[in-house]
Amino acid sequence: MPLEVVVAAIGLLGVITYAILAGADFGGGIWDLLAWGPRRTQQREAIAHAVGPVWEANHVWLIFIIVVLFTGFPTAFAALSIGLFAPFHLALLGIILRGAAFVFRAYSPQKEQQPSQSSQRWGTIFGAASVITPVILGMTLSAVSAGQLRVIDGVVQSEGIVWMTPLAIAMGLLALALCAYLAAVYMTIETRDELQADFRQRALLAGTAVVGLSLLSLPLLYFTAQHLWEGLISVRAAPVLTIGLLAALLSGWALLRWRFQLARGAAIVQISCLLAGWGIAQYPYIIYPDITLATASAPRATLIFILVALPLGLLILLPSLWFLFKVFKSAPREDA
Amino acid sequence: MDTLTAARAQMEVSLAFHMVFAALGIGFPLLMVISEGLGLKTGQAHYLALAKKWAKATALTFAIGAVSGTALAFELGLLWPTFMGFAGSIIGSAFTLEGFAFFIEAIFLGLYLYGWKRLSPLAHWLTGIPVAISGMLSGALVVAANAWMQTPVGFDLVDGKAVNVNPLAPFLSPAWLDMALHSTLSCYIATGFAVAGVYAMGLLKGRNDHYHRSALTISLGLATVTALLQPISGHISAQRVAKDQPAKLAAMEALFETQAGAPLLIGGIPDPETGEIHFGIEIPKALSFMATNDFNAELRGLNSFPPDERPNVVITHIAFQVMVGAGFALIGLGLWFWWRRWRGNLALSRKLLWALVFGSPLGFIALQAGWIVTEVGRQPWIIYGVMRTRDAVTTVAGVPQVFYLFSLLYIGLASVLVYLLRQLATGYPAETSESEATHAA
Repeated sequence: MPLEVVVAAIGLLGVITYAILAGADFGGGIWDLLAWGPRRTQQREAIAHAVGPVWEANHVWLIFIIVVLFTGFPTAFAALSIGLFAPFHLALLGIILRGAAFVFRAYSPQKEQQPSQSSQRWGTIFGAASVITPVILGMTLSAVSAGQLRVIDGVVQSEGIVWMTPLAIAMGLLALALCAYLAAVYMTIETRDELQADFRQRALLAGTAVVGLSLLSLPLLYFTAQHLWEGLISVRAAPVLTIGLLAALLSGWALLRWRFQLARGAAIVQISCLLAGWGIAQYPYIIYPDITLATASAPRATLIFILVALPLGLLILLPSLWFLFKVFKSAPREDA
Repeated sequence: MDTLTAARAQMEVSLAFHMVFAALGIGFPLLMVISEGLGLKTGQAHYLALAKKWAKATALTFAIGAVSGTALAFELGLLWPTFMGFAGSIIGSAFTLEGFAFFIEAIFLGLYLYGWKRLSPLAHWLTGIPVAISGMLSGALVVAANAWMQTPVGFDLVDGKAVNVNPLAPFLSPAWLDMALHSTLSCYIATGFAVAGVYAMGLLKGRNDHYHRSALTISLGLATVTALLQPISGHISAQRVAKDQPAKLAAMEALFETQAGAPLLIGGIPDPETGEIHFGIEIPKALSFMATNDFNAELRGLNSFPPDERPNVVITHIAFQVMVGAGFALIGLGLWFWWRRWRGNLALSRKLLWALVFGSPLGFIALQAGWIVTEVGRQPWIIYGVMRTRDAVTTVAGVPQVFYLFSLLYIGLASVLVYLLRQLATGYPAETSESEATHAA
């Protein structure tokens, strides 16, 4: 297998990891914004408690993806920077505001445990930024695979927002629904009793939205993104997507039966297979139809550097991550 | 505003903003580890209270540093796509290794900030150590990317493309170790004096307790040692600049004419039109000696470079003077503190305390000025001698709008952050129970 394909596969693994970890943090923000019912304050507290210790480590996966992209495929990064100038800036705005608002809210002065006005305002910004960012990131996936973004003779042709198609909007909303689904499923494990029932209900709602948006995307894919459609139903991608579909059904069933550990595991498999299937369908393009992995690839020496540095780095990283999640995610909170 | 000006302004604002938080993200963890360590060793509660306070400040500043750093990684491409298309595969190694260090810092910071209750006191303190080390390493590693832009090595230029790339090129760049040392020291200096100012203010308000005095001792201990080392590191850097980037040295010192036995210029406002310097003090032959260890060495003046290869001499020279001036003022301030402390009660010297309050921002001013020297002094090149900044800039319209928007955003975030940090500076906490610490965090 050519080295650039291995590096791209690592980049895709980064995207998957970012989606299942940071995606849930964005989802937490969505449920914070939408919090309703008699326990909405407790819902927000539980989300903040779940997101707090891990969101910064989860966020680093985005930096990982960007660094792999510009180190391994520098000209593709340059083309994306021109072609997706506006959405990348919007996503950055969302990322900056989400992180800032989260810590600003946590450290706003409090009076007798009641959230102050300023902390409520930061909460709203935290929620709004958590909604905008996944939508835009979902749209960029459509932009690079649906064929509107053209790069001819190394010059990006399609500035502006030609990639803003119905499919892009559907994929943006699907990303949003998936984040909301993941977060609610994870929260069923971090909470108990009535709060747990609240998040189960939210997970079922988001899961319904995921199913609806997926069904909506199918005709859009078929009619407006023929290449991607064919890639998705190809013998390479279809088995992966089938596993993803089965996992989606399993996680929905487990939610209905109150089997939350199973629901979480199945939801992770579902998202992973969905993104892996997309990546396989997209192969060998980074930006369909003009930029492939091979044409954008960095020199061989750089690819080898990435492939050597990563396992060495992971040798320190993975035990550290394991420790982080063991300390904070192994049992429902007792110390709130 | 044209695209190039807007892109440079946007990069300047983003870097200047990020550098403050990056520096605090390097300095604060070391202070909190020292303080918590002293608390564990002596059993005195006020050290732990300080560590907790500094952990909260770190949580606030680290989050802003992380997201503004992400913005910078994107903006390298968004503003300078041609540069990243050319150099991404070369400087990527610096970002890859920095990424690992930063990842470790984020993981252990999560453990440190939220683990006061879940970990034993010793285990908790131990989680702080990787935060301090990897914070320092991430800064030193990512500076390699900038060092490579100053002294590019490790590739061959063929038809405008980089071939025979050595992926470790950033770390082979002659500027790297000098710059890494200089910038790491500047982070400790800036954080140390900034923190000291807060507690000097507390003492001035009559809070003459262990908590405030220990805060001053710890922060100024770190800041004074690093401030004393900084001129040595600066001297090494300047000699390297004289060798590798003579145009930058000429701009730093406003040296218009090539000459043997060049004088060292202190202060002064250069006039690039006439090549004259107003209000400066010249020390004969000192520049030649400092740059090359030879009083009579010939140094290249700006006139020996084509007009379109000269950096902006006014900005570079003044920024250099500000950096050096602030640096030496801080050394004086640090030594004054330790002399007073050795002589007796600090609270008695209100003059010193006021000086610490007013000197509080000087470390950050020096740090920013230093980066202005580094970056403006490299112009008109984005990769020194290889690619011009104007050839690297994006073709997309709308950069000025992005610049206005992000400037407003950063000003807004900075204002809120200053307000919240001000709220944190409440003196010795009446009650820092574990539950409060975890709840707030």
